[in-house]
Amino acid sequence: MRRDRVRVAAYSVLIGAVLLGLWQASVAGKPAGKSIPGPAAVAVTAAHMLAHPFYDNGPNDKGIGLQLAASLGRMAIGYTIASVLAVSLGVVLGLSPVLYRAVNPYVQVLKPISPLAWMPLFLYTIRDSAQAAVLVIVMSSLWPTLANTAFGVASIKRDYLNVADILMLSWPRRLVTVILPAAAPAIVAGLRISVGSAWVAIVAAEMLIGGTGIGYFVWNEWNNLALTSVIFAILAIGLIGVLLDAGLGRLSRRLSYQE
Amino acid sequence: MDDILGRAVERSIEHAVFGGEVGRRAFIARVGASAAAAALASVFPLDAARAIAQDKAGPPEKKDLKVGFIPITCATPIIMAEPMGFYKKHGLNVQVTKASSWAMIRDLSINGETDATHMLSPMPLAISLGVGSQSVPYVMPAVENINGQAITLATKHKGVTSPGQMKGFKFGVPFDFSMHNFLLRYYLAEGGVDPDKDVQIRAVPPPEMVANLRAGNLDGYLAPDPFNQRAVFEEVGFIHLLSKEIWPGHPCCAFAAKREFASNAPNTFRALLSAIVDATQYARDRGHRKEIAAAIAPKNFLNQPVEVLEQVLTGVYPDGLGNTKTVPDRIDFDPFPYHSMAIWILTQMKRWGYVKTEVTYRKVAEEVFLAGACRDTLKSLGYAAPETTSVKHVFALGKTRLFDPDKPAEYLASFAIRKV
Repeated sequence: MRRDRVRVAAYSVLIGAVLLGLWQASVAGKPAGKSIPGPAAVAVTAAHMLAHPFYDNGPNDKGIGLQLAASLGRMAIGYTIASVLAVSLGVVLGLSPVLYRAVNPYVQVLKPISPLAWMPLFLYTIRDSAQAAVLVIVMSSLWPTLANTAFGVASIKRDYLNVADILMLSWPRRLVTVILPAAAPAIVAGLRISVGSAWVAIVAAEMLIGGTGIGYFVWNEWNNLALTSVIFAILAIGLIGVLLDAGLGRLSRRLSYQE
Repeated sequence: MDDILGRAVERSIEHAVFGGEVGRRAFIARVGASAAAAALASVFPLDAARAIAQDKAGPPEKKDLKVGFIPITCATPIIMAEPMGFYKKHGLNVQVTKASSWAMIRDLSINGETDATHMLSPMPLAISLGVGSQSVPYVMPAVENINGQAITLATKHKGVTSPGQMKGFKFGVPFDFSMHNFLLRYYLAEGGVDPDKDVQIRAVPPPEMVANLRAGNLDGYLAPDPFNQRAVFEEVGFIHLLSKEIWPGHPCCAFAAKREFASNAPNTFRALLSAIVDATQYARDRGHRKEIAAAIAPKNFLNQPVEVLEQVLTGVYPDGLGNTKTVPDRIDFDPFPYHSMAIWILTQMKRWGYVKTEVTYRKVAEEVFLAGACRDTLKSLGYAAPETTSVKHVFALGKTRLFDPDKPAEYLASFAIRKV
């Protein structure tokens, strides 16, 4: 087991080194500005940006740390709203097979719509770009949680609910002590998918609305065709995505149970 | 004193709107004086006009303002007014905020997230008419820049020298309601190419144009600078034609606001207009162009290499075909929004089917392009201003080179390629 872990780590490092090497080799010798920048150039930019992550030069120019914080803040609001909505609705649908089947066609139609397609509608109706971006996050992180919660609640063992009946538990206690814990692994699996899609959507939404956030940062550097900054931002986005996923992964392991 | 002046301004506007004393009296007799004043106020920011006409304005109603912009050299006066202190000089604390696309600029302004904004000069007309937007009355008291656009083609099209060779091309323009779109269509149509059938024209936000040209998504674009010069700098394109070679002195971008803002905060509006006109006049002086290039290049504003901006603003530039050109008025700055410019834009909106209803050209032009307000501002700052608000424009190419704003219908009918 321990030996495996060492080997995994060694392979990972090796793969990373090979990829970086290939990247560097593919751009070596070509004049700067004629091809995509190599890892060395990106590292220089990264060092430069990480040296002052929180500088603030007014509304259109902020450090990478502030941009990431703006995106995460926006995402936290939208994701929380979506999760509360999706879990509540999911429990209701999971407990009522008839309602579930009645609502399902609508969910299926809404689910595949790219959350960004809603943006013009939100801008027109709520008349605020910041709120519109948050709503885009809501739309992106609603469906996976909803579907998983409904599925999780619907597949709770009949026995658990029967026991709750026999004990004559009140509704709130039944919800908190039986339904939610029993469906928790499914719900968290949904939340984990949702956090990923929310993070994917926020970058695109910010490229549209501008202002602040890591998506705006990418767009602004694209303007200037500053690809080293764009690549650095891509890496940062990926890294944050991994951290978000790992956080929910840990939560999921804690909430899982053996039947 | 203020009252008399205010009344005089009101009367002269009534005169313009109702077409003379007789028209005004007939109108008042029919609906009553207060209704007439209300009707007038509904189509014209009387308060704003009064505030502008008075020499001493009151203090601005609102000092902290947000002004939206797209990162292009057309926005030079709007942008430079912040780092170079023109807003401060006129008693305002303005934050310029960058937007990613023209649709976003429109929505930010309509939704009130910005107080006033950089726009393409056809946009306030289109929005006021409710074309391609919800209908919101806008005013445009100043043009930002004249000239300043170009047709850039991808390097692989180096042999192309005339519109006839461009059939099948995919072109980018910044927005449907842009001088870029109308000038590109004019140019192609004069060369016998139907812009709706023989080529594809799509709206691409300016900052994304170079990347699309490099990727081969576009064969060319009629774009604002610095993105023409940037394509040369990146060696992905060459400058085929400057827009001044189509219409010398054409309006490009503009400074606009909702009419509601102009009438609710007339002193602020006046101060803001003074700052913009002041900055525009400063930019007009070619001796200031290098200093301006350095002021607007940083990440906060255009986020472009200073070298490229200097090539655009000074008009000494490589064209991507191996020549170095010197065209000092490649981009120029002149704030005066002639009504005749608006009328030309409206004829093209009709020509290409963006406006399907009848347009009362002069009325719309006078409601949106506030030439009088701009003239008063110019004079109050001590600059010369044109006395006439409508002139005949002369094009550098095309069959009907003279545009007479008094005969828009005849002008429209003179084109062989058109949708109406």
